[in-house]
Amino acid sequence: MTDAPLVKVRNLKIGATVYPPGERPQEIEIVHGVDFDLAPGKVLGLIGESGAGKSTIGLAAMGYGRGGVEITGGEVFVNGRDILKGGLRRLRALRGAEVTYVAQSAAASFNPAKRLMEQITEATIHHKRATRAEAEARAIALFEKLGLPDPQNFGQRYPHQVSGGQLQRAMTALALCPQPDLVVFDEPTTALDVTTQIDVLAAIKDAIRDTGVAALYITHDLAVVAQVSDDIMVLQQGRMVEYGHTDQIINAPREAYTKALVSVRSIEHAEKAPTQEPVLSVQNITARYRGTDKDVLQNINVDLHPGQTLAVVGESGSGKSTLARVITGLLPPSEGQITFDGRVLTPTLAARPLEDLRELQMIYQMADTAMNPRQTVGTIIGRPLEFYFGLKGAEKQKRIKELLDEIEMGDGFVDRYPAELSGGQKQRVCIARALAAKPKLIICDEVTSALDPLVADGILKLLLDLQKIENVAYLFITHDLATVRAISDSIAVMYQGQVVRYGGKSQVLSPPFDDYTDLLLSSVPEMKLGWLENVIAHRKMESAGH
Amino acid sequence: MVHPIVKLVTQRLALGLLLLFAASILIFAGTTILPGDVAQQILGQSATPESLANLREELGLNDPPLTRYFNWLGGVLQGDLGTALTNGRDIADSLAARLKNTMFLAFWAAVIAVPLAILLGLLAVRFKDRWPDKLISGVTLATISIPEFMIGYVLIYWVAIRMGVFSSVAIVNDSMSLGAKLNAIAIPVMVLTLVVLAHMMRMTRAAILNVMQSAYIETAELKGLRALTVIRKHAFPNAIAPIVNVVMLNLAYLVVGVVVVEVVFAYPGMGQYLVDHVSKRDVPVVQACGLIFAAVYIGLNLVADIVSILANPRLRHPK
Repeated sequence: MTDAPLVKVRNLKIGATVYPPGERPQEIEIVHGVDFDLAPGKVLGLIGESGAGKSTIGLAAMGYGRGGVEITGGEVFVNGRDILKGGLRRLRALRGAEVTYVAQSAAASFNPAKRLMEQITEATIHHKRATRAEAEARAIALFEKLGLPDPQNFGQRYPHQVSGGQLQRAMTALALCPQPDLVVFDEPTTALDVTTQIDVLAAIKDAIRDTGVAALYITHDLAVVAQVSDDIMVLQQGRMVEYGHTDQIINAPREAYTKALVSVRSIEHAEKAPTQEPVLSVQNITARYRGTDKDVLQNINVDLHPGQTLAVVGESGSGKSTLARVITGLLPPSEGQITFDGRVLTPTLAARPLEDLRELQMIYQMADTAMNPRQTVGTIIGRPLEFYFGLKGAEKQKRIKELLDEIEMGDGFVDRYPAELSGGQKQRVCIARALAAKPKLIICDEVTSALDPLVADGILKLLLDLQKIENVAYLFITHDLATVRAISDSIAVMYQGQVVRYGGKSQVLSPPFDDYTDLLLSSVPEMKLGWLENVIAHRKMESAGH
Repeated sequence: MVHPIVKLVTQRLALGLLLLFAASILIFAGTTILPGDVAQQILGQSATPESLANLREELGLNDPPLTRYFNWLGGVLQGDLGTALTNGRDIADSLAARLKNTMFLAFWAAVIAVPLAILLGLLAVRFKDRWPDKLISGVTLATISIPEFMIGYVLIYWVAIRMGVFSSVAIVNDSMSLGAKLNAIAIPVMVLTLVVLAHMMRMTRAAILNVMQSAYIETAELKGLRALTVIRKHAFPNAIAPIVNVVMLNLAYLVVGVVVVEVVFAYPGMGQYLVDHVSKRDVPVVQACGLIFAAVYIGLNLVADIVSILANPRLRHPK
């Protein structure tokens, strides 16, 4: 019996209805025949970039299609039964009982109007897998196992009363409470800070091991999936690229695409020495938001030299984006001043002369929302040319073409709308728009966070190349240490509104470390087996030693 | 540390009072600048200039407007709405009986319309874009589009005359039993229900559909719950605030907007009372009615605000 797979997927085909603007709805195929087996108690990692179909395949194991997505062909056996036959009633009996789901954003996936305990035990009670009292006892045991604070009373809270990392663990408890045979984990740690991710990952791994449940683990981060899964399936655009043991995929990938994924973030960038005069100098900046009494920035001092990159790194809430708001003048500081190119900047945006506005540009995390969807690429890039330089007609068109060349996109894109571009292309257009103003400094706020690793790599390379040509300085805000390593010359590590470590790249990233930087650096998943266990064991030893 | 809910609710109450005060100024100013002369109206065309002057003096019409406003407001605050110019009766007394009737009609219309609208809204979501949804939308849209007097006459013809159940005239008085009263108002209640149903039902549908986009609805579906259970247990509690808002607006309409229905059924409510006295230029009555309507509107919207605040778990259970 142990040899019989728990899940057997054969030639799974999934289609979706798309609604191109101005055209009839079209049926397209997004998963083109995928096969895999999963034995009881084993973990299979599904990995790929966005659009690879990994979440879609994960949800197909529950017979569920999101939005207009439909399973169009193939077989999905769970416990020897083809779940695609037998209708919705049979599927409902399966969902939340034999197969459960952990969503990417636990914060959005819990009902804000109900207490956690009610939500966590709901499926167990509904499917009569336990009485209410038993289900609650199980949930409390799971809270304890997952390392949640005050397990006895944790369930009495509402979702907004607990932190993001705790909610993600609560979501895992929700999935494990019915004692299912299979849990589908859909990017369960992607939305978390790196220091939180490692704890949640360890909690999930322990829970899987202790309960003996099988899992489909979906992620775009190969380093993460290597820590938890027995097998890995690499997907690209709805097709299987490679499928094998975790060890083989990580250490001896066969396919070119897998190799690219394994070697992602290997950009080398030699650190440049500081020059005489910084282009940007942040001096003793303290700032708070109106109507609050907490300083979100406390006495910040950093310099950025022309043509160089200062990476500001920290977790959500560390104040790094607030620093960008202060520099751009969106949030006037309560103390301190900022000098830019040798002159003191006016604290408020409205009072700044046009020249200051031109020389200080910004690129945002969500390229989607940073562009007017009703303007063409040409209009978007042309606007700063008109606004700052008064360019018109042929002269403007010529400059737009030059800029498109610089971002490695042809002038065929001039008349396209943002909706017709890929994520990476959108971010490139935003870069071109910033460059159009011929700035001395560009603030890059998490510009690669929303992109797939390979696409992000392309953007980082582009930014480095442009820096050489244009001699522009970057203030690069990010939570991703791999990005920091790839492009920075100097680094400021922020924690709770303060710069806890600041200096050249090699200096900041070399020991001896302060506690926080050490925690941050050691939490970044590494692409090798056993990394998670080593870090956790190391930390336990250290805390025992202290 | 005061609970944030107490603070928010107190703020809303204070704001409501302020708004009512502002409404009283508007009502007074509006009725004061109305053309025409009340004394002339009372005494008729044949009145002598002396008798007109005497009456104006008696009614206080010669005082400056500000004095008259504060005299009026002072009276209102003590429960004295003044006397009707036309028949010399105490306005508070006549109004109380009328208001009671209006509230009686509005209450029964609400008791039927609100749960029905919400139920239909839930069903429309459950069968979204299928025939039950389209049927519900179509019928409720039709009833809101037809003028209410039309629906009134059609119902009188079919229900009261052809089928012979319920009364076609909705005259009620204190000596009637509850059963008799309900029998009398049955058809007006039906008309009002049909009029307010569509708005509430459509808002319920839209509010719940909006919530149905949330990730936690997917979580609920992936628990294997039935569609109606998902809507009822997970979507509806998060759609309460917008639904309550539109329900309160319609309840306010049931109190202050039913003039036409009252006229059609000769129902002795506030609306008829107001219309009668507007045509007679009986300013104190108009002012009193206006103030009560304003109070009902502000009060019901206040309730909607407070329910929205109470329905928000972030406010009810702060961190």
